[in-house]
Amino acid sequence: MYTQGLNQAVEEGGPEDAELLARFQAKIDREEKIEPNDWMPEAYRQTLIRQISQHAHSEIVGMLPEGNWLTRAPSLRRKAILLAKVQDEGGHGLYLYAAAETLGISRAEMVERLLEGRARYSSIFNYPTITWADIGAVGWLVDGAAIMNQIPLCRCSYGPYARAMIRICKEESFHQRQGYEAISRLAEGTAAQKRMAQDALDRWWWPSLMMFGPSDAESPHTARSMRWKIKRFTNDELRQKFVDATVPQARLIGLEPPDPELRYDEESGHWRFGEIDWSEFNEVLAGNGPCNRERMAARRKAHAEGAWVREAATAHARKQRRRTAMAAAAE
Amino acid sequence: MSDSDRSGGNERDWPLFEVFIRARTGLHHRHCGSLHAADPEMALARARDVYTRRGEGTSIWVVASDRIFASDPADKDMLFEPAMSKVYRHPSFYDLPDDVENM
Repeated sequence: MYTQGLNQAVEEGGPEDAELLARFQAKIDREEKIEPNDWMPEAYRQTLIRQISQHAHSEIVGMLPEGNWLTRAPSLRRKAILLAKVQDEGGHGLYLYAAAETLGISRAEMVERLLEGRARYSSIFNYPTITWADIGAVGWLVDGAAIMNQIPLCRCSYGPYARAMIRICKEESFHQRQGYEAISRLAEGTAAQKRMAQDALDRWWWPSLMMFGPSDAESPHTARSMRWKIKRFTNDELRQKFVDATVPQARLIGLEPPDPELRYDEESGHWRFGEIDWSEFNEVLAGNGPCNRERMAARRKAHAEGAWVREAATAHARKQRRRTAMAAAAE
Repeated sequence: MSDSDRSGGNERDWPLFEVFIRARTGLHHRHCGSLHAADPEMALARARDVYTRRGEGTSIWVVASDRIFASDPADKDMLFEPAMSKVYRHPSFYDLPDDVENM
């Protein structure tokens, strides 16, 4: 529970306070959760605000590539499933914004940062969903990669984030399954349908591997985030887990990841994969992916066009309060 | 363009509500999260959409967060430590003959 009143009286002692810092670290080492009103180093707070808000933005922007197929899903069953999934993503965004707010930033501020282009969301949502098979690939690969990332976050040291992630993971497991089911149906269909499924895998494979972020050598804050138990595994460890889980799933339905260097290493029990094209990743992060501009334009448009609804709700609430006050005065 | 256009309809001023859900008749309402809304009716509608998409509830309470009066985490020891030493408040504290039944 994160009461606003309590949250105001948080800070005592600077972040340099060695004793507070030692006590904070000891608590994390004992696997105890850090709660909103506990003392925390400023860098811990800022790291979490950045990570949780980025995560929340990803849920919200992530509705766009799937929303593209809501009216064109091939059957009523698929449409109902996709609608439920997109609705879940909106809910997940809200859980995460609420968790970030416990760190002392408002949701309005976070949304503003996104709309002004000052905050990031996952690079993956800057790729287009061109065919129906892409919706299968998004569920199977993108949600699959997200779950790989999110399961360890259920044990994150920050209580509100960990609790939000538990709820999200519970709901998310159907997202991956429905995607795999959808792409499996195509893979076992006509030759043209199978080509469509393979084409979706070809386009989504590498961007999905990039979702885990830069390699460990290029990710300077990993050690600190691991010490604070915000992260439990490094980017490369999670990426390897994902590849190990996904390659057999692809082959099971007769599809092949687009990587000529992919091979099973008997000794380690891992699938070894080729070099990721990090220049593409960096371009997408810099705002030059296939859909960056389109996504932000869609978010800004939705926010602007929803303004009258928010205004009406505010005006209605004000009117109700006034009426209640007048009725009380008349008694 | 009015101010409220730019700030998104004054959504910034919407208060925070805490959401409590009763999963089944006979159980307590349990805290499950929080959300912003213009008024309690809207908070209830949003809580229904956000927290009960899979039949999680049969009843919802929403409470304005600033109406909750909470204990201070700094008082944790003072408030709760005294209970820790009173093991005789638990039934397992007592030695009984092995043969005694229905107790």
